[in-house]
Amino acid sequence: MDKFTKLTGIAAPMPLVNIDTDMIIPKQFLKTIQRSGLGKNLFDEMRYTQDGAEIPDFVLNQPAYRKAEIIVAGDNFGCGSSREHAPWALLDFGIRCVISTSFADIFFNNCFKNGILPIVMPAEVVAVLMDDAKKGENARITVDLEAQTITTSDGQSFPFEVDSHRKHCLLNGLDDIGLTLEKAAAIDAFEAKNKTLHPWA
Amino acid sequence: MTAPRTLYDKIWDDHVVHQAEDGTCLLYIDRHLVHEVTSPQAFEGLRMTGRTVRAPEKTIAVPDHNVPTTLDRVSGVIANEESRIQVEALDKNAKDFGVNYYPVSDVRQGIVHIVGPEQGWTLPGMTVVCGDSHTATHGAFGALAHGIGTSEVEHVLATQTLIQKKSKNMKVEITGSLRPGVTAKDITLSVIGETGTAGGTGYVIEYCGQAIRELSMEGRMTVCNMAIEGGARAGLIAPDEKTFAYCMGRPHAPKGAAWEAAVAYWKTLFTDEGAHFDKVITIKGEDIAPVVTWGTSPEDVLPITGTVPSPSDFTGGKVEAAQRALDYMGLTPGMKLTDIKIDTVFIGSCTNGRIEDLRAAAAILKGKKIKDGMRAMVVPGSGLVRAQAEEEGLAQIFIDAGFEWRLAGCSMCLAMNPDQLSPGERCAATSNRNFEGRQGRGGRTHLLSPAMAAAAAITGHLTDVREMMAETV
Repeated sequence: MDKFTKLTGIAAPMPLVNIDTDMIIPKQFLKTIQRSGLGKNLFDEMRYTQDGAEIPDFVLNQPAYRKAEIIVAGDNFGCGSSREHAPWALLDFGIRCVISTSFADIFFNNCFKNGILPIVMPAEVVAVLMDDAKKGENARITVDLEAQTITTSDGQSFPFEVDSHRKHCLLNGLDDIGLTLEKAAAIDAFEAKNKTLHPWA
Repeated sequence: MTAPRTLYDKIWDDHVVHQAEDGTCLLYIDRHLVHEVTSPQAFEGLRMTGRTVRAPEKTIAVPDHNVPTTLDRVSGVIANEESRIQVEALDKNAKDFGVNYYPVSDVRQGIVHIVGPEQGWTLPGMTVVCGDSHTATHGAFGALAHGIGTSEVEHVLATQTLIQKKSKNMKVEITGSLRPGVTAKDITLSVIGETGTAGGTGYVIEYCGQAIRELSMEGRMTVCNMAIEGGARAGLIAPDEKTFAYCMGRPHAPKGAAWEAAVAYWKTLFTDEGAHFDKVITIKGEDIAPVVTWGTSPEDVLPITGTVPSPSDFTGGKVEAAQRALDYMGLTPGMKLTDIKIDTVFIGSCTNGRIEDLRAAAAILKGKKIKDGMRAMVVPGSGLVRAQAEEEGLAQIFIDAGFEWRLAGCSMCLAMNPDQLSPGERCAATSNRNFEGRQGRGGRTHLLSPAMAAAAAITGHLTDVREMMAETV
């Protein structure tokens, strides 16, 4: 997993509420057995017509946002299916950070496993960031994970919260499995105890 | 004396392997269910790092999302190459890593959330995960069950644990009894209508109250299945005699003395008097009507007697979302829901693909025909559900009415296999999501109960099933 430290980039505004993972990556692209290559199908049915032509109005098709690295989104981003193909598609497109008032639980978890930082902010701050994002490619938002701040293009800065374990993993690009395997003795002990207490489990 | 605990607190406490200072826990996983779509990258990850599956005996795999449900599947290979590769990858991974497996050819194959309980893998007090959001289904047994992403699938395969922080406790109480024609599906949709799709975010929901106790295990699974649609990490129902009766004698349930010991433990799995809930919702069972969704989010729920809303009925971001939903669904504000014409009826899915669901639909369909031109299909949740429905004569009722009688799989719930809607095609579906494009690009989905779906198949439009029940009495 790539580290996430500090990012200054173009932010795409997506104010629609309840953007679900079926919208982020429709089911026909879940048939892959790879993690890579999904970026071209990110938001596929919002982004392309049935014939595969780009829909010019869609934010990521607009010249200003084709290289966006941040999405500022409406409430409850990433709801629905648990498909990790959603963060894989975002990452493959180049998105490293999503900011919203709320995220669906599984999507939120999945982001951290892929070097994407999801940030929950109050509605009034998301509104400021949304307005800033609407300014286009000259307006760049800075996200500093170490300092836990988001800074708008005109210098307004907002602190954000992040779980300390997840922050540590993102800053260092750490693999969870490796960390957990260090606790193998504790897992062994749990299993041994459980064999007596709940032998059917 | 320890402080009173909720059911969630108790299951959580019994599975903590390690707790860090910041509250991050390593939680032991008792059952890991696996399907073909969200697992190939996880198994590949194990291969690349030289890791193995820590507990293959606690890992259960079954292909469901991609598999064709047409009757010719028994004779041939899967026509769609990508789907075939994904299913073959699961065949190989299950064999290479030695996990329990129900291949397409096995009569026990079906939707992973139907197979798990059916085979007795899912038991009270367990932790159950799967790379699928509808893992919440297993909460009906008083098991802590939730969906995970593929990275977490790999983590569970390698370590049999998950890194978790504890969620908050939410209680959803349904008091009193349901009225005739009202089902578990109407409960779960009504709760989402009340809380919204983000109302459960950060919570584990415990469903309780008389109306929940009165539900069968099948109904309880329907309720918990859609906890995820309300945003909750998991839904739970305390186990009781009905739960024990359902589990007893299942292939992987404990037997003899082990059964007695298990039941003794399961009987301790309830929320203590005075335990703290961070949020409480109470709905009167008598107030719940048969409901349908009108929009493109499961929270867009209304009683069948209602009318299509206007964007101006909403506030904030929902105004734009409602307008978008109306445009997508091709509906006009003020239109009666019962005037919405239906092209296709889909009965099935992990929400409503169990035997009780097929019985409820067949009771409405018995001796009747579906509307001319209607496309209607029943996709049983598992090969065993299908066999039982045939034995009970339900299959013949569906076939006589004009339904296609399919083989088990996820089918048109998410349309990864050839069962899809065309643009503009309008479907009454017993599944769980009405998102844009969910059942096929441009397809329009109305979620409802199996009985309501059967009623719509007969009349050709959304219909209050209670009127049809009055006819048959």
